[in-house]
Amino acid sequence: MDWLAEHILSGLVFLPFVWGIIGLLLPNMKDSSHRVWAFVGSLGIFLLSLYLYFNYDPAGAEFQFVEKTPWITAWGVQYNLGLDGISLWLVILTTFLTPLIILGSFTAVEQRQREFYFLMLALESGMLGAFVSLDAFLFYVFWEVMLIPMYLLIGVWGGKNRIYASMKFFLYTVVGSLLMLVAIFYLSYQHKLQFNQYSTALLDLYKLQLAGDGWFSVQAILFLAFSFAFAIKVPLFPLHTWLPDAHVEAPTAGSVVLAGVLLKLGGYGFIRFAFPLFPSAVIQYQMVFLTLSAIAIVYGAWVAMVQPDIKKLVAYSSVSHMGYVVLGLFSLNMIGVTGSVYQMLNHGISTGALFLLVGMIYERRHTREISDFGGIAKLMPLFAIVFMIITLSSVALPGTNGFIGEFLILLGAWLTHPVIAIVAATGVVFGAVYMLWMFRRVMFGPVTHKENESLKDLTSREILVLVPFIFMVFFMGVYPNLFFGKMEPSVQRLITKVMKPKNLNTQTAAVKVEQQNEY
Amino acid sequence: MLVWILLLPLIGFLINGCSYAFIQASGMKKKISATVSGLIGTTAIVGSFIVSLILFLDLFSQVDEQREITQVLFNWIKVGPLLLDFTLRLDSLSTLFTLVITGVGSFIHIYSIGYMGHDDAPAKFFAYLNLFCFAMLALVLGASLPVMFLGWEGVGLCSYLLIGFWYADDEKAIAGKKAFIVNRIGDLGFILGMFVLYTTFGTLDFLELKVKVLALGHTLSPDMLYLITSACLLLFVGCTGKSAQIPLYVWLPDAMAGPTPVSALIHAATMVTSGIYLVTRLNFLFSLSPIALEVMAWVGALTAFFAATIAVVQTDIKKVLAYSTVSQLGYMFLGCGVAAYSAGVFHVITHAFFKALLFLSAGSVIHGMSEEQNILKMGGLKKYMPQTFFVFLIGWLAICGIPPFSGFFSKDEILWKAFSSEHGSKPLWFIAAVTAVMTAFYMTRMFILTFLGEMRSHDAHPHDSPAIMTVPLFFLAILSAVGGILGIPHMNWLDHWLSPTIPSHGYEASDSTEWVLMGLSVAGAIFGIVFSFSIYRSLKKAEELKESWSGIHRVLFNKWYVDEAYFAAIVNPFIKTSQFLWKVVDVKVVDRIVMSFGRVSSRSGEWIRTSQTGLLQVYAIVFVMSIVFTLGYIIYGLAR
Repeated sequence: MDWLAEHILSGLVFLPFVWGIIGLLLPNMKDSSHRVWAFVGSLGIFLLSLYLYFNYDPAGAEFQFVEKTPWITAWGVQYNLGLDGISLWLVILTTFLTPLIILGSFTAVEQRQREFYFLMLALESGMLGAFVSLDAFLFYVFWEVMLIPMYLLIGVWGGKNRIYASMKFFLYTVVGSLLMLVAIFYLSYQHKLQFNQYSTALLDLYKLQLAGDGWFSVQAILFLAFSFAFAIKVPLFPLHTWLPDAHVEAPTAGSVVLAGVLLKLGGYGFIRFAFPLFPSAVIQYQMVFLTLSAIAIVYGAWVAMVQPDIKKLVAYSSVSHMGYVVLGLFSLNMIGVTGSVYQMLNHGISTGALFLLVGMIYERRHTREISDFGGIAKLMPLFAIVFMIITLSSVALPGTNGFIGEFLILLGAWLTHPVIAIVAATGVVFGAVYMLWMFRRVMFGPVTHKENESLKDLTSREILVLVPFIFMVFFMGVYPNLFFGKMEPSVQRLITKVMKPKNLNTQTAAVKVEQQNEY
Repeated sequence: MLVWILLLPLIGFLINGCSYAFIQASGMKKKISATVSGLIGTTAIVGSFIVSLILFLDLFSQVDEQREITQVLFNWIKVGPLLLDFTLRLDSLSTLFTLVITGVGSFIHIYSIGYMGHDDAPAKFFAYLNLFCFAMLALVLGASLPVMFLGWEGVGLCSYLLIGFWYADDEKAIAGKKAFIVNRIGDLGFILGMFVLYTTFGTLDFLELKVKVLALGHTLSPDMLYLITSACLLLFVGCTGKSAQIPLYVWLPDAMAGPTPVSALIHAATMVTSGIYLVTRLNFLFSLSPIALEVMAWVGALTAFFAATIAVVQTDIKKVLAYSTVSQLGYMFLGCGVAAYSAGVFHVITHAFFKALLFLSAGSVIHGMSEEQNILKMGGLKKYMPQTFFVFLIGWLAICGIPPFSGFFSKDEILWKAFSSEHGSKPLWFIAAVTAVMTAFYMTRMFILTFLGEMRSHDAHPHDSPAIMTVPLFFLAILSAVGGILGIPHMNWLDHWLSPTIPSHGYEASDSTEWVLMGLSVAGAIFGIVFSFSIYRSLKKAEELKESWSGIHRVLFNKWYVDEAYFAAIVNPFIKTSQFLWKVVDVKVVDRIVMSFGRVSSRSGEWIRTSQTGLLQVYAIVFVMSIVFTLGYIIYGLAR
């Protein structure tokens, strides 16, 4: 038992993949039973991940459930996993969403079910791995590994323009991550210089001393290399243009994973890597990122407003909502950063559900044009109720999860930079404009299209998929402290790491000399 | 016990909402009758009223300073320095509001059982109505700004849902959306105002704020004054949204698209007064900022006048009432703006009585006239609907300001304070007095066109409503008639009752000016009524008059073209800009620039893709290349 408990993270990371492989290899399984196999597996993994919730001690060590084994010794790469109060929630978000996505795909995916569900599980492995990696190189490997199933999901099960979209998605992310890889190796090399051995282990790298003054210092360049990858992933204006294409072409499951989890890796990357590794550069570039994220919030909302395609509208709304995440992070205070982490979870819930809902209606009508709908509320009253609730969460109505995140982020930004906060806060209005306008055109009014008259309301399976989302919308809106309690010390540590550096430079320089003498 | 005021409507909402969702909306498609769902909803709100009453009596039996009940429900948000408890607090101010909300709310629930009898989804209606009461009570009972904000946005949501209740009609759905968005603009002000207060005082709890603000004393540093003024003005932006003042009043007239009981409860009696509640709740803060008070007084006075001009020519019975609501809300802000907060609250209460009465009897008229809302097509209803006529008569006299009906006392109090308060002035008083004359004029016009003269519609068969709808009307009529008792000049119970929350100025010595002004305002009201009678005695004469003033009539009838102006100046440019951002900036500029960086690799990628097979190879190659590149870089670094 102890051995299992000590390797819980490895288990969690590789179980989906292994489960998927077994499913793939099981000889006499019908194509359609793969979905059940995948669903059961992912549900089990979700339950397993709850073990982390119950055993993570916020007052304990910085990283818990740590596993550490040398891997590529020549480069100082370690197989090093661990969890803190931030990644804990992102892991649970991932394991929470995956079974729901799989359940939601039961009827949507008709071809190559075997491969589809295997890829979903492989993707889950990749995402979980990235969230628990404590080694930069290992993180990079998971980060890239994730791309393959995602690419295939879009490229094989996607819409008409899937090849263009998947290529764009792939190139964007690869270009970003290459820079990150270079930066990782440079860090390892720096570690060799400073501590006489290569290492990519995060905790080792945190100790590095890098010149950090000015716009083009070593720190700044490395920070930009990392941030480029993360900003693409988030995606931060102006690097967002892959997202609408990818979303529109991706199958529903792909969109939900993409919006629900993959984008979070961008935000998480800032938290785990860019912030603690390059604190001076973060402060140097704080204003740049604050400005960009405020632009993203408003810009995303404006562009979302005029989209004729519901899915594209939701995609642009992601740009806006993830802008809040970056805004909160770069406000660099407890309130803002906590709000950001929370907003990442919120966005996973609300946008994930939105994509599922759009998928459900697409499955029925094979169109996503807003103008093809109208008056749906009358025909699908249950769908209307759920859609309304999720819409409210997306516009951050108090009492729903969205409010907590946006409120904290805006307050955090306000404490750092009121003008930026005011600009960003207008997103509160624009968010309501595009969501409610879309909702009105799709759901309200008379039924104008004959084809819609025969629409069937939600099936019991679809209700089963959506109920957990509704529950989370209200639960997270009313009792966020359950989440904050676990993440607070980790957020606190992060902020201390970023805010302390300048004053510590001289002191640690002395330490550095001492250490070099030891070797 | 306090929490039950909130919980009962919430439970009612859950029962009705779930029964709607699980029985009517899902497979069974069985309609839940209005009687059943109405009884559930009404029980919830009446229960809440009883609790409110018990707690009110409890407060009543205490000495002044101890009139306060606080209940911490749970810790809502705890992040770093930010500690937000979900706390409810009942004090002399909020208890009045809970009584009005649950009391008037109860009547309106009962009335709705009759009104919504033939609707398709009464369970949904009552669920929304209960949810509204829950949110409104949270707004009033919230002990801190964020909890209040929960209710503040919650009532906005319910308003949205209820305006668009008959969503199959595009116009109604659009009106609902407009209400939500315009309110959101105000809410933006609310949020920012909250932020200013938080950064200035480090707390958002009303009591703590009060302690900290009062500790500042009366001489403020310029910085502090600046912060307080900006907080007040930002919060007031929120008020102009929720309470329909210039420039954000535009949603309220459109909100009349909702079912009439909704107009009565939400868009007249309760929700729209939440702005006044916010200001009175923070009176200690507003009183420190002369600028904020001045702005508020002027916005209130101008809104009162402006809305009255529009009301004079409207022909839709609900539109007239809607504009009169905007106008009366302006009075309330005028009262608050001259630091006569309790006068504002007084008018909130009497207005809740007589406006709910007027709306519900208008609903009764509409019901009796088979959904006809144009007063030009009514007339002579006195004969057909004697009961409705009688209660409407009382409401009409109350809003016109004829003593001893309730509206007279509260309106006169505001007029007097606008004149005499240290923040008041003669121009403010003058505008308000002229508006009072206009109010009497247009309400009389509506009264004549609806109830007097001859029936102008031939295919209508008007009839009085069933008892379930008329009984609430009688109760509201009684309240409208005698509600003024709360604030008779010089023995003002209300002023005294509110003194723990709103500093009372005590009883001023009787002043002959006050009596003169009071006489003037009664004379003005009578003049307005008589003038209106002289014009509308014959419709022909009125039509002639309209012709001779056709230019002004057109402008007023089209509401000064404000909606059109907003559309041209804000909405359209906004949509155009967004289109531009999407089609030009996003697709042609940003995407192209970014993609041109990727073009080289994209071409090579495509080349590899066509020459080899799938993508794993591409990936592998990119991956290998990147490693080679990296190694090269490291070696380069090492060699240096």
